[in-house]
Order: sequence, then C-alpha cells, then structure tokens
Amino acid sequence: MAEAPLLSVKDLVVEFPTRRGLVLRAVDGVSFELRQGEVLGLVGESGAGKSITGAAVIGLLEPPGRIAGGEVRLKGERIDQLDRGAMRRVRGGRIGMVFQDPLTSLNPLYTVGQQLVETIQTHLPLSPAQARQRAVDLLVEVGIPAAERRIDSYPHEFSGGMRQRVIIALALAAEPELVIADEPTTALDVSVQAQVIAVLKRLCREKNMAIILITHDMGVIAELAHRVAVMYAGRIVEIGPVRDVVKAPRHPYTRGLMGSIPDPAAEADRLTQIPGAMPRLNAIPSGCAFNPRCASVLDRCRRERPSARVVGSSEVACWLDDEQLRRSDLQAVVAR
Amino acid sequence: MTETSAAPAPVRTRPSLRERIAAAWDSDIAYSFRHSPVTIVAAVIVLLLLFGAIFGPWIAPQNPFDPGSLNLMEGKTAPLTPNMFTGKTFLLGTDDQGRDVFSTILYGSRVSLFVGFAAVAFSMVLGVTLGLIAGYRGGWLDSVIMRTADIQLTFESLLVALMIFGFTRTLIPPGSQNELAVPVLILAIGLAEWPQYARTVRGVTMVERNKEYVQAARVIGLHPAIIMMRHVLPNVLGPVLVIATLGLALAIIAEATLSFLGVGVPPTQPSLGTLIRVGQEYIVSGEWWILLFPAVTLLALALAVNLLGDWLRDVLNPKLR
Amino acid sequence: MIAFLIRRIAQAVLVMLVVGFVAFSMFRFVGDPVSIMVGQEATAADRAAMAERLGIDRPFPVQFARFVGNALNGDFGISYRVGRPVMDLIQERLPATLELALCAAMFALVFGIGAGVYTALHRDGALSHAAMTLSLIGVSLPTFLIGIGLIFLFSVELNWLPSFGRGQVVDVGGWKSGFLTQSGLRSLVLPTITLGLFQMTLIMRLVRSEMLEVLRTDYIKFARARGLHDRAIHYGHALKNTLIPVITLMGIRLGSLVAFAIITETVFQWPGVGFLFVASVQAVDVPMMASYLVLVAAFFVVVNLVVDLAYYRVDPRLRTDHATARS
Ligand SMILES: Nc1ncnc2c1ncn2[C@@H]1O[C@H](COP(=O)(O)OP(=O)(O)OP(=O)(O)O)[C@@H](O)[C@H]1O
Ligand code: SF4
Ligand SMILES: [Mg+2]
Repeated sequence: MAEAPLLSVKDLVVEFPTRRGLVLRAVDGVSFELRQGEVLGLVGESGAGKSITGAAVIGLLEPPGRIAGGEVRLKGERIDQLDRGAMRRVRGGRIGMVFQDPLTSLNPLYTVGQQLVETIQTHLPLSPAQARQRAVDLLVEVGIPAAERRIDSYPHEFSGGMRQRVIIALALAAEPELVIADEPTTALDVSVQAQVIAVLKRLCREKNMAIILITHDMGVIAELAHRVAVMYAGRIVEIGPVRDVVKAPRHPYTRGLMGSIPDPAAEADRLTQIPGAMPRLNAIPSGCAFNPRCASVLDRCRRERPSARVVGSSEVACWLDDEQLRRSDLQAVVAR
Repeated sequence: MTETSAAPAPVRTRPSLRERIAAAWDSDIAYSFRHSPVTIVAAVIVLLLLFGAIFGPWIAPQNPFDPGSLNLMEGKTAPLTPNMFTGKTFLLGTDDQGRDVFSTILYGSRVSLFVGFAAVAFSMVLGVTLGLIAGYRGGWLDSVIMRTADIQLTFESLLVALMIFGFTRTLIPPGSQNELAVPVLILAIGLAEWPQYARTVRGVTMVERNKEYVQAARVIGLHPAIIMMRHVLPNVLGPVLVIATLGLALAIIAEATLSFLGVGVPPTQPSLGTLIRVGQEYIVSGEWWILLFPAVTLLALALAVNLLGDWLRDVLNPKLR
Repeated sequence: MIAFLIRRIAQAVLVMLVVGFVAFSMFRFVGDPVSIMVGQEATAADRAAMAERLGIDRPFPVQFARFVGNALNGDFGISYRVGRPVMDLIQERLPATLELALCAAMFALVFGIGAGVYTALHRDGALSHAAMTLSLIGVSLPTFLIGIGLIFLFSVELNWLPSFGRGQVVDVGGWKSGFLTQSGLRSLVLPTITLGLFQMTLIMRLVRSEMLEVLRTDYIKFARARGLHDRAIHYGHALKNTLIPVITLMGIRLGSLVAFAIITETVFQWPGVGFLFVASVQAVDVPMMASYLVLVAAFFVVVNLVVDLAYYRVDPRLRTDHATARS
C-alpha cells in the first residue's frame, strides 16, 4: 500500500487517574488503520472501550481521561498532540462525530439552522447567506423534507429519526474525511434505523468518506461496514473483513459474540449474551484479559498477553495456534 | 465519581434499616469523615459550642444576668487587660455593665442553640407528619398541604418567621409578651421551615403507598399508616437529617436576626443576636470586643453547622450534589 | 400562551386572596378594628360612624369583600403607632426601599452570574476555590453581620463611606431619589453590598452547579465535537441553557431581597419600608403589619409572574403550539 492510510491509530492507551491514586486503563494498546471511504465497525460488550477510543481519536476525552501512550495520525500527520486550537479545527472540520442520542445532542434553544450555520461558519469561510444555503443543501442531502422551511424549526419540533438526520448533517457540515458514529441508530425506532443507515451508506459512497461505526448491532455492521474490529476490555482481539469476522470468527471471544446471533444479516441482536461478565477496569486479569471466561484457555494465557498476528485475512490476538483458531468446533466460551 | 462509573453497584433487594446503617457506617460515612479535615474541624467546633452551651452555667466565671455579681466599675474592660480599678482580668473583656463577655457568650449560645434545636424539631415533626398525611391520603388534603407549602416556599422563610412572629404577638396580651417570646420565636421559625420536610416525605410516601405490604397490612387489620411509617421513615432518614442540619444553621441565623432586629428574645434573656445588637453600639467608641466575640461565635456556629450539613448531604445523598 | 398566562394569573390572584385573608383576619379579629380605623383619640360619634362604615355587623364574606375593595383602593387604615394613614407612610418610604433593592439586585445578578460562570469554567482554578470557600462563608454569614462588618471597616476605620441614612435625596415628582446626588450614591454603596452579597453567593452557587450540569450534557459534547470555539460553546450554548432553570430561582431570590431589606435597613437606619415594618412589629401596629404583608406578597407575586414570562421568552419549547410540534 503506497498511500498513507487516512487514519492510523497505533498502540493507543487511554487512562483515567482516579482520586484514590489508582490509574484505570480504558483503552490498552489499540491499533488499527482506516482507508479513505472505508467503514470500520467497532463492536464489543458494553464498557469494552469503544466510545473512549472514538473520543480519543477526535480529542474529546473528558478530564481526567487522557491519552497515555501511542499515536493517532490523520493522513500521516499526528493529531494526538495538537494544541487546542488546531485540534478544534480538526474536530468538525476533518473529523465529524455523530452521537447516540438524537434527542439530547442538539441544543434545544437554537433552531436547527442556527446550529448548522454556526458550525459551517466556524470551519468554512462563507457569508451568512452562503452558509444558510449550504445548511439547506445539507438538510436536503440527509433527506429532510421541506428543508427550506424546516431549517427554522427548533429541535423539539423534529421526530427522533429526523433529528438524527440533522445531527448527521451537522457532522458533515464541513465535508470531513472521517466520521465517527457512536451508536448512531441505537436510540431510534427499528423502522427508522434502516433509513438512517441508508443515509449514512449513501453519503459514504457519494463523498468517499470514511466512517468509524461504533455499535452493538451486527445487522448494522453487516449492512454498512467493510471491516470490523472486536474490542474486549480495552483491547482489540480481532480485526478483519466483515464477512470473515462475522461468518468465520477466529478468536474465542468473537466466536462467543457471534455465536449469540444465529444469522447476523437477518436478525439484529444485542451482543450481551456471553456468560460471565467483562472485568472491571480495576481488575483486568493479567495475560489475556479474556482468560477467566475462555474455554480454550492455556497456561500461558494467564501470564503473557497475546499480541495481534495475521490469521488468514484477519488479525487475531490469541495464544492458540492457527490450526486451532481455524477449527470450527473450537470450544470458545465457558458455559455457566 | 470515577470509581463509581467504573464499578456499577450490584442490584440488591431492600436491606433492613440496621443493615443499611451498618453498611453506611462501615463504608461511606466513616471513610468520608476521616478523610475530610474540614468536617472534623466543623464537628469539633459544634461539639465545643454545644458543650459550652449545655454546661455554660457551671463554666462561666460569673452569671452575667444576676445583677448582684456585676460591678459597674469593671465595665468596658478590654480582653486580657487588668481592670484599672479592681485589677481583675477578663478573657474576652467586659461590656458596659461590667458583664464578662465570655460568660454572656456562653449564656447567649445556650439560648441560640435551644431556640435553634427546638425550632428544627418542631418543623421536622410538623413537616414529616404533614408529608406523610399528604402522601398517604392524596386528594384534596394533599393539594391543600402542598399548595400551602408551595406558596410558603415562594416567600423567604425569614420573612415568614417575622410575619408569624408579629402575628402571634398580636394575640398575646402585652403583659406576657416577654415570657412567651421564646416559645413564639420557636413557633415562628419552625412554622417557616416545614415545607422542605413535607415535600421530601410526601414523595417517598407516595412511592411506598402502592407497594404490596401496605395492602397486606390492611388485610391483617393493621392500620396501614403505622406500617408505612415504619417503612417510609427509614427511607427519608437521610434527606431529613440533611434538611434538619442545614435547617439548624438557618434557624440559628433566623433567631439571631430576629433578636438583632429587636423582635426576638427579650433583653433579659439575650441570645447571640441580642449580644451583637448591643455590641454594635460600641464599634464607634472602640470597644470592639463587645461586638466581635459574639459575632465570631455566631459565625463559627453557623458555618460549622452548614459545613456538617453539606458534608452529610454529599455522603448520604450523592444525587443531590 | 394564553392558557399559560391565564393559569399563572389565576394562581397569582389566589395567592393574593389568601394573603389578603390572613391580613384581614389580623385586622378584623385582633384588637378593636374600630379604634384601629379611627385612631386612638376619636369621639364616640366618630367611632359609631366608623363601625357603621366598616359594617362590623355584616356577614363575614361581605366584610372581607369590602376589605379587598378598600385594599385595592389603597386604603389600609390608620397606623396605630403613628396615627397617619398606612398608605401614606408606605408611599413615603417606598422609593428608599425600591432603590436599594434595585441596586442590590443588579449587584447580585451581575457578580453572581459572572462568578458562577467563572467558577464553573475554571473548576480547579485557585480563584474558583477561593470563591467557593468564600461563598460558603457568605451563606453562613447573617446579613446583619455583613452590614456591621462593612460599617466597621469602611465607615469607622477607613472613614470612606457613610454608615447610615440615605444622604441627600432629590424630589422627582414625589419620588425621593438618592441616585442624583453624590452623597446619595455614596450612601447606597454599603447597604447595596450588604443586601446583595448573600443573594450573590446563592446565585453564584446556583449558576455554577447548573452550568456544570449543562457542560456535561450531550449537546455541549456535540458542540465540542463540531469544533465550535470555546467562547461560542460557553457563552452561547452553555450559558443560555444554564439561565433557564436559574431564572426561576432567581425570581425567588430577588423576591427575598425585599425580606432581607428589613435587616439591611435596620442596620443602616435606611428610611425604607422594612425599617418601618420592624418598628411596627415591635409596637404591634396591626394595620401597618397587615398592609406590609399584602404589599410584599404583591411584590413576590409580580416578580414571579415576570419570571414566568421571561421563562417563556427564553425557552422555545414552551412557545410551540403542540398541535404542530412533531413532523
Ligand atoms: N470518566 C471515566 N472515569 C473512569 N472510567 C471511565 C470513565 N469513562 C469511561 N470509563 C470506563 O472506560 C471503559 C470504556 O468505556 P466506553 O464508554 O468506551 O465503553 P463502550 O465500549 O463505549 O460501552 P457502551 O457500549 O456501553 O457504550 C468503561 O469500563 C468505563 O467504565
Ligand atoms: S485462548 Fe488464551 S489467549 Fe486465546 S482468548 Fe482464550 S485465554 Fe485469551
Ligand atoms: Mg459507548
């Protein structure tokens, strides 16, 4: 691959120092790359560190959380050490963000148009009239009917699905190269979810925009993502093309995760049905973090942490050898 | 904050009162107390002042309100300076009548604390009772009680106390004004503060009312109100304690203010507020100690109680933060 | 909008009626209303005429209605203590109280909101910690002690500012104003701080906690994610949302300025209504107390109405017609 990837995250570590002196590692050595126009799904149980990873990339960690190691590069240029002003220009300018809850993501006191125009003018040198025109165009693009009129409505005058479209329009205000979408459909009615997914898919294609798609919904992943990264306890355990990871998962954790969904393409199910629970951040087991729940656990797993290695078209972090990882009858998860 | 978000507490069934107290004592309260120097200092101040107030008559060098023990020649003696006529020294000086300021403070905080505690007790009993009734009975009774509380809360409680005080006094024959002043004051301050309790208790009661055990109790023939009290009161213990502590500071300040305005306790039974009112006259002439020491005592008392209340609120009810 | 207004006004009227009823009860059942009305040294004929006029023998509701009618016309009877119509006394002294309350309100609002926003934005700054500690002392510090402290420092020790009275006032169409002379303005300084300081600390704490709350919301996070300038986020998005809940409580806080004016006026011997009221409580001057009660209630009710309207102005969610709300 000659050209630099759009986004490259290497050995990212995010820590939260606590008041009692303990340091919690929410993200521990995460690496992945993203090409232009590529959609990367980020899945894993609640608390796996998906949102924190997204926030770290866009420089939105809430203090006391901080990037304690690794690097984030956008088109080869480091963005994890930029000063406030430069990072602010990256946010919204080159990387957009969509949050989960459309009901609370918009400021209730300003019209949709005011919020769009404000964002546009922050990043692009446009006159108020031009910015307003662009705002209308954006609303049309995300599929808001009668955009000319609706632009002067307040957020509470829109339905949930429409609001999420507005939020996508806001994220796209300055034509970012990358959008981080943190559970963009979770809070929506099922019927509306498909529409929002369709909008994202179309925009991604038309604008050659890359997306990091954080979700629990394998249906959404199957629909939208090109590759998937599976996170567990702050680490990526498996990353690879959607078809491989979903249809032929290698890592015992991924197997458990996928095993809980009969047919990923058909029925969207939540990923929380693996027996046992993910460890708390203050009690992550040494070695492979998954070892207390893993049925194939080896002695070594308790001592040494596996690093990612290429297995087929994916990368997997597990001590089992390739042979074992390929077996379809591998016992993955301890049944309780 | 950080620890709690990382470790969600396991869901448990409702623990008994004793378990709850024991658990709270083991973990949060004791820990937080030990680790908050400010709170410890506040507690020590409150305890010292309480001790002084309770045992004042035995600690005080003189009874400042027994005319026989006063010597006019000793008037306006500065602190720790021998009196020029008798050569006696007074820790905090004396006022114009030759009263030992330290003794007047001991006697004064006695009155202040008594009125404060009594007013809080009164408003607590009143508020909790009305809250239970409003929450349990509902309907028009609930409306009347809570409307009244709403209206009263719109007004500054000090003003309400002043109004009630004035109103009550119109009903008392002039001859008994002085001797009834303290009970009237307690009534006025207490009546001004009840809505807080009522609101909290009513909320909890309404939740409990619909629970099964209340229905069950009715079947056994027990009066549901009795059962409920047993279940509601432990649930409101925390909030009520917080309101009461912060209310104590308010009540002490209210009493001092009313006495300062000259409408509180009679001059024969001065509280800290009265002492400050009297001392105020001497700041121009340079006898600063007559004013300063009672003022500092009042401030220390109010501040310490407020700090304790703040701390309690944080420990018992993190949601309120 | 109309329904909202009507409900609010109905509530206000109800409150006023309740307060009026309390005032009336004081008036009617405490002491001898006839001598209250005609004054102490009236002749028997006067008394009979007044008894007739008051309609003491009429049914209770009729009497109450008459009382309300009189009150609406500004007739609250004659002060026990001074022997003059209560309304005249109040009118004379109202400007002093209102000017003081206005200054204190401005002081409390400007500094309270400013400090609240500052401490919320610079949560861990040294200045913020100092302000928060001071505010806790401020909350525990009785108003009269603040006043005495200020007098001691600025009047007695430094001799910069007057310690009592209003200074020179100028009569502007019956309104005696202290705003127009230097001594009048100087006299306002200490009472303004005394009256405003407590409210300021409360407003500051309120604004701070609300603002911190707002800064944690999703829409502020989203505003940051959109790369907006800090200034726009803090003073555009966050402050506006902060002020919505704060407005309501601020109404109550400003209303209580009137209550605390009683104390401030006593400390500074400020010739206002509060000073008058304390004297009347001491003297058990029933008509004076009753009318002060009604007056203060009216003030509270008006402030609360204004606050409701302000609320309505700021929050678009209240303004929408629900029929067309969702699409
Ligand atoms: N401010 C904080 N202080 C301490 N720990 C935190 C903080 N914020 C998040 N964490 C921890 O970081 C871990 C990762 O959180 P994150 O929000 O990234 O999870 P997630 O994978 O997005 O989960 P979900 O699917 O529930 O959104 C969690 O264990 C969480 O408890
Ligand atoms: S086999 Fe070992 S390394 Fe692989 S997932 Fe299980 S515990 Fe982890
Ligand atoms: Mg998340």
